[in-house]
Amino acid sequence: MSEELKGYRELPIGGLIVEPGNAVTYRTGTWRTFRPVWHEDKCIHCLFCWVYCPDAAVQVKDGKMTGFDYEHCKGCGICAHECPRDAITMEKE
Amino acid sequence: MKELSRMPELLSPGHRMCPGCGAPILVRLALRAASEHGGVVAGVATGCLEVSTSIFPYTAWRCSFIHNAFENVAATISGVETAYKALKARGKVEGNFKFVAFGGDGGTYDIGLQALSGALERGHDMVYICYDNEAYMNTGIQRSSSTPFAAHTTTCPVGKVRKGKTEFPKDLTGIVAAHRIPYVAQASISHWNDLYRKLQKAFSVEGPAFLNVLTPCTRGWRFPSDETVEMARLAVETCFWPLYEVEDGRWKVTFKPRQKKPLEEWVKRQGRFRHLLQPENRHLLEQAQAEVDKRWEELLARSE
Amino acid sequence: MAERMALTGNEAVAYAMMQINPDVVAAYPITPQTALMQKFADFVADGEVDTQFVLVESEHSAMSAVVGAAAAGARAMTATAANGLALMWEILYIAASTRLPIVMPVVNRALSAPINILCDHSDTMGARDSGWIQLFSENAQEAYDNTIQAVRIAEHRDVLTPVMVTLDGFIISHGLEVVEVLDKEAVQDFVGEYEPAYTLLDPEHPITFGPIDFSDYYMEHKRSQVDGIEAARRVIPEVGREFGKRFGRSYGMIEEHGTDGAEALLVALGSTAGSAKAVVDDMRERGLPVGLVKIRAFRPFPYEELREALGKAKAVAVMDRSISFGAQAGPLALEVRSALYGLSLPVRDYIYGLGGRNITLEEIEDILQEALEMAKTKEAEPLVKYVSVRE
Repeated sequence: MSEELKGYRELPIGGLIVEPGNAVTYRTGTWRTFRPVWHEDKCIHCLFCWVYCPDAAVQVKDGKMTGFDYEHCKGCGICAHECPRDAITMEKE
Repeated sequence: MKELSRMPELLSPGHRMCPGCGAPILVRLALRAASEHGGVVAGVATGCLEVSTSIFPYTAWRCSFIHNAFENVAATISGVETAYKALKARGKVEGNFKFVAFGGDGGTYDIGLQALSGALERGHDMVYICYDNEAYMNTGIQRSSSTPFAAHTTTCPVGKVRKGKTEFPKDLTGIVAAHRIPYVAQASISHWNDLYRKLQKAFSVEGPAFLNVLTPCTRGWRFPSDETVEMARLAVETCFWPLYEVEDGRWKVTFKPRQKKPLEEWVKRQGRFRHLLQPENRHLLEQAQAEVDKRWEELLARSE
Repeated sequence: MAERMALTGNEAVAYAMMQINPDVVAAYPITPQTALMQKFADFVADGEVDTQFVLVESEHSAMSAVVGAAAAGARAMTATAANGLALMWEILYIAASTRLPIVMPVVNRALSAPINILCDHSDTMGARDSGWIQLFSENAQEAYDNTIQAVRIAEHRDVLTPVMVTLDGFIISHGLEVVEVLDKEAVQDFVGEYEPAYTLLDPEHPITFGPIDFSDYYMEHKRSQVDGIEAARRVIPEVGREFGKRFGRSYGMIEEHGTDGAEALLVALGSTAGSAKAVVDDMRERGLPVGLVKIRAFRPFPYEELREALGKAKAVAVMDRSISFGAQAGPLALEVRSALYGLSLPVRDYIYGLGGRNITLEEIEDILQEALEMAKTKEAEPLVKYVSVRE
């Protein structure tokens, strides 16, 4: 995020942003004080954690939960709170 | 759920909504429902969602996004939709698009009501989704007409003489239903299946559709950030926020709690209602409960 | 074939819009613009255009919808006046800052309060900092010609700035004149196909339109915006010359009338310039060295052209059809004085015609006679005079 700021001539006109989804380069993971920890043995892959994550930081592949995107996870704890099997616990970062 | 998880994520991580914000939970599902039909153009009114997802030079939107001003997202998206109709008819644009306008309760119930009403009346093929967090949260928790009775906000604070908001919330969903558009619904992020079904219906009808979705705000309502979904769930289970739809004028409640919980179950978990737990404010809680009961009974009576 | 028709200013502009056949037009009624949109509505109802015509519920929504449409790559227009323009004020800035080539006729009318439906320039002047290009029309023919040229000016790749084409309320909008309406194909050919610089409707290239800036980027965005309207200084005369070559009527930033050897020059906007031409011709016939500089483009303000045109004279009388409350003089006079900075040329501002108050040929002659006096005495006091105000 310590990129050099562009001069006005280098910017697209009209304040446009032409790179869709480039917010992904902004690491909101640094906001955390607690991090979710996945206990795979208890997980039933209901994907509630995935649907309720405000930051799309729960990784899913082929319909199964595979872990967390710690670059972006803000540690809100919703996933742990909603998990029906206590397969996620929040631990101090 | 598994199908949903295979669909592309149109709101990228890296946005700067608060940890535990209810709004992006809604948006992730809404964009999926829209994308089932083709391209998506999302308009967003000024507010938390817009500001936190489009801080130059970053955007979290992987579909086209337009922010114009605070009160006019309905008018703006109606213009986008009209342009699409014009360009499609003239062979200048190909493919299917869905147009969705997002506004907070401030930008929808209050300042945006006129533009919303106009767009609905003109029958544009668009979906308007209000993400209701019950106050002007982006500017620091000020009262909107959606704010619940007796809630504390910075412009109707609890003090020595006054005890929070003195009005009951505006029935915006009812106002929208009175426009007689094809589809209107009230939903909650806690009941994601009901929400998704309603989103799908909204994007499938021809003409305007409207969803009012409860998206709790951890900072404005004052509860821990992991309880967002639970706060939405309690609002539904106390019948403060009923889940229903109005399809071509037919009202239908889509979720009836097995046991209607007392409003206090929801109220006691939030700092903005802290004063209601004091004995001298008991009467306010009772008034709030009475109004919830009244509206719930009315809804059941008109519902099939 | 071009055809000479008896049309009001509103009808003439509606004809121009019909021939342009924009993708989207948003409409909300306000006197004295109403008849313009009604005429366009007739064209829609008769199938003479296939424009998507949106009857919005307020002017604020009219401009908002047009911004949305233009962002989606459509050629979009609307029209308004007075308080309607005032209501869409915040969106005017947004349209200009996001570089949308919207064209909007504005039928000049006084701003409330008290409410007044008649002509003055307070509405357009109130928007002079919004970033819009502002063209003033002298008569119905110019209103028609300007509307067509405005499309080319706005959409020019170096400009990409919205254009307001103004015509005086009632005087031009409702006055019947002989207007040469061009051949529709020729107009279509002149404006060409619109190729947007960017669009929301490209699924391969989604864009984000209207982000939030903090202090790290806002100034750069604004500086970039300046380049657009500055490019119009070159593009307005370019388009005006091309229009002249094709259709016989050339246009620039200003128009000089009888300025040869003139000692006293009048500066005016809009229909008053037309009246002033008659006065100037008459006075010059009587051997009086007077002339007129008519300003067509108020934004961007033609300070270079004006300095050159006025610099040869000995006194300047400016006619302002609006007040800039608290300022040293009216909006036009302030700009003129600024353009003449450094030259020791007396300038006086005549505030006239507010709320539709008529300005007579005699009054214009009186102003020029005073200017000739000023040329001799070099006395510019008082700087501001109010024409025909009962004290």
